[in-house]
Amino acid sequence: MAKIAVDYKLCKKCGICAAFCPRKVYSFNALDGLKAAREKECVACEKCVIMCPDFAIRVIREKG
Amino acid sequence: MEGNIAIGEGAIAAGAKFYAGYPITPSSEIAEHASVSLPKIGGTYIQMEDEIGSIAAVIGASMAGAKAYTATSGPGVSLMNENIGLACMVEAPCVIINVQRVGPSTGLATKPAQGDFLQARWGAHGDHAIIALAPASVQECFDLTVKAFNFAERFRAPVFVLSDGIIGKMHETVFIPDCEEIKIENRKPATCEPREFKSYEYDDDLVPPFAPFGGIRISKANGSGHGLDGYPDNSPENYDLLARRLVDKIENCKEEICLHKAYYCEDAEILIIAYGSSARSGLAAAELARREGLKAGLLQLQTLWPFPGHLVGKYSEKAEKIIVPELSLGQLKSEIEKHVNNIPVIGVNRINGLSLPPGEIIKALCCRGICG
Amino acid sequence: MTRKTGEMFLKRELLPFFWCSGCGNGIIMGCIFRAMEESGLSRENTVVVTGIGCWGKADDYFTTHAFHGTHGRALAVATGIKSANPSLDVIALVGDGDGATIGGNHLIHAARRNADITVIMSNNNNYGMTGGQYSGTTPFGAITSTSRYGHAEDEFDVSELVKTAGAGYVAKGTIANPLQLQKFIEKAFQKRNGFRFVEAMNICPTYYGKNNKTGNAPEMIEKLRKNTVEIKTARAAEPHELKGKIIVGEYADKEVDGFIKRYKEIQKKASVVSRK
Repeated sequence: MAKIAVDYKLCKKCGICAAFCPRKVYSFNALDGLKAAREKECVACEKCVIMCPDFAIRVIREKG
Repeated sequence: MEGNIAIGEGAIAAGAKFYAGYPITPSSEIAEHASVSLPKIGGTYIQMEDEIGSIAAVIGASMAGAKAYTATSGPGVSLMNENIGLACMVEAPCVIINVQRVGPSTGLATKPAQGDFLQARWGAHGDHAIIALAPASVQECFDLTVKAFNFAERFRAPVFVLSDGIIGKMHETVFIPDCEEIKIENRKPATCEPREFKSYEYDDDLVPPFAPFGGIRISKANGSGHGLDGYPDNSPENYDLLARRLVDKIENCKEEICLHKAYYCEDAEILIIAYGSSARSGLAAAELARREGLKAGLLQLQTLWPFPGHLVGKYSEKAEKIIVPELSLGQLKSEIEKHVNNIPVIGVNRINGLSLPPGEIIKALCCRGICG
Repeated sequence: MTRKTGEMFLKRELLPFFWCSGCGNGIIMGCIFRAMEESGLSRENTVVVTGIGCWGKADDYFTTHAFHGTHGRALAVATGIKSANPSLDVIALVGDGDGATIGGNHLIHAARRNADITVIMSNNNNYGMTGGQYSGTTPFGAITSTSRYGHAEDEFDVSELVKTAGAGYVAKGTIANPLQLQKFIEKAFQKRNGFRFVEAMNICPTYYGKNNKTGNAPEMIEKLRKNTVEIKTARAAEPHELKGKIIVGEYADKEVDGFIKRYKEIQKKASVVSRK
């Protein structure tokens, strides 16, 4: 389990996180922008954190 | 001692620890001297791939805390100009020696000239201030190189030594004082709390205290528009303050920076104004003229930039005409004309690679103007 | 286990980055920050040197000492800094225009003399800052703002060039594989001597991508990923199989003295001569 915090002040809506998340956690489209829609699927691999060019994502691991 | 070597000795005496350059006639002895002298005292000589890299490395070394210099000739300065502007902007103390030769282009590579007078002032693009000193003897090569480092440190700015092929290759006796007798200035260090340090927060003299790379005060050098902290600030208000401060910190201290020598000037009706090798011809001409009963004197400019207009004004008060011998087609003359009224200013010019014989100047004294 | 983020080297108050949406420079920044922490670099002992270009803005986001200079000259400035204070860790960040085009001469000579600095090149195959004109790494045929009919020239393989010039460490990675890129940067930092060069293949969705219809940022990164060949695989491949491919890996990894160590020997010799 993990919590995803997107800093929308930093996000530039490039969609890289959504495209490269191996668990397809993010939904991303021009209308709604970026959302961690399937947060439950996140395994905290942090690929999105590393691939985000704008330091806009934090993944907080939760115990349990 | 040769003029170029005296410049090298002056640099070492001033505390220089880093030289980066690219060999070019007639300045190469300064590089050779540095390559032998600097490693002996734990300093570094590095021959870069071109003059652009040379001045860039000099600026880098300076910002890391070393007194740094380079030597070249006009073609090299042409390549350096971009980064001489950078040195102005990041406020990197450094010394650039230009042993002038005949231009434009490769021109006459081994022959002396004084055609880089305005290049020194306006070579780098944009409004800026520059300091340039010009030796007329081997002794002055030593003395003014020390001065050049002192001014560079004091004002955190690039300083030219504008020598020429005659002065550079000339041999004369030099007196080198004991090192404790030589006045050495060092850039003023930042002393504030490290957390409060801002790279470009300046004092009343408009010069910011210095913190070298690697110190506990985190330093940011920036060649683009920047605020006091060194971070980008491209607002018109900020840029106006920055650009004007960089000029004012030097121009406000003109009196301190402008060095000169006056020979037979007290009652001079004919005032010769010259620098470098032409000042030597000018002095000989003045002495010859005096023997003939003409009231001639010489104002030798040791500081060329900021231009000592106030000295020109002061010494030409009694003058009926001004003679300006120079190895260029009137660069110095044009600057002098801005500072005098109603006095004829007569140029004696050579650009063919030969020195100016005093006789040429005498001809100007006698054949044009009052004696004619 | 907590992952090292290198956050202490990021000047977070200056975010968001100056760069366009989808630009990979931020991915390279993350690799550098993490590699700095992994390698034990400190703020006080590190100087980041930049030139001009999109990547030339990178120094603004570091909490270390920084020098932002002129276009193409970062390596010469860095050489001067390191020579004046050899204990410093000096990192030069250059783009393909800055480092391999206008600054190409400084690059090969800094590599030849093994100036003891780490260079991280962000290569996005065009000049982003000035509007997408061609650079020394723009491939033949590519459309840019100044090659509207296709580019007439071939590009440099910068890593090959730097290796041939004599650098001690040369590696090429891509933003499609940030962990590998980070490893190369770490290794570069941890080698104390010689010229260390890491080329980060990047994307420019705003200009290069639009001009060449290579898609949006995620699509460009995916193409970059698919287009890479590991250097070990490449060694066994036929030349025609490698046409247009990006070969990633360590191009050079050898022990070299570096300029500083060599020059220390010169200083010793000189001081002996002067004592005689």
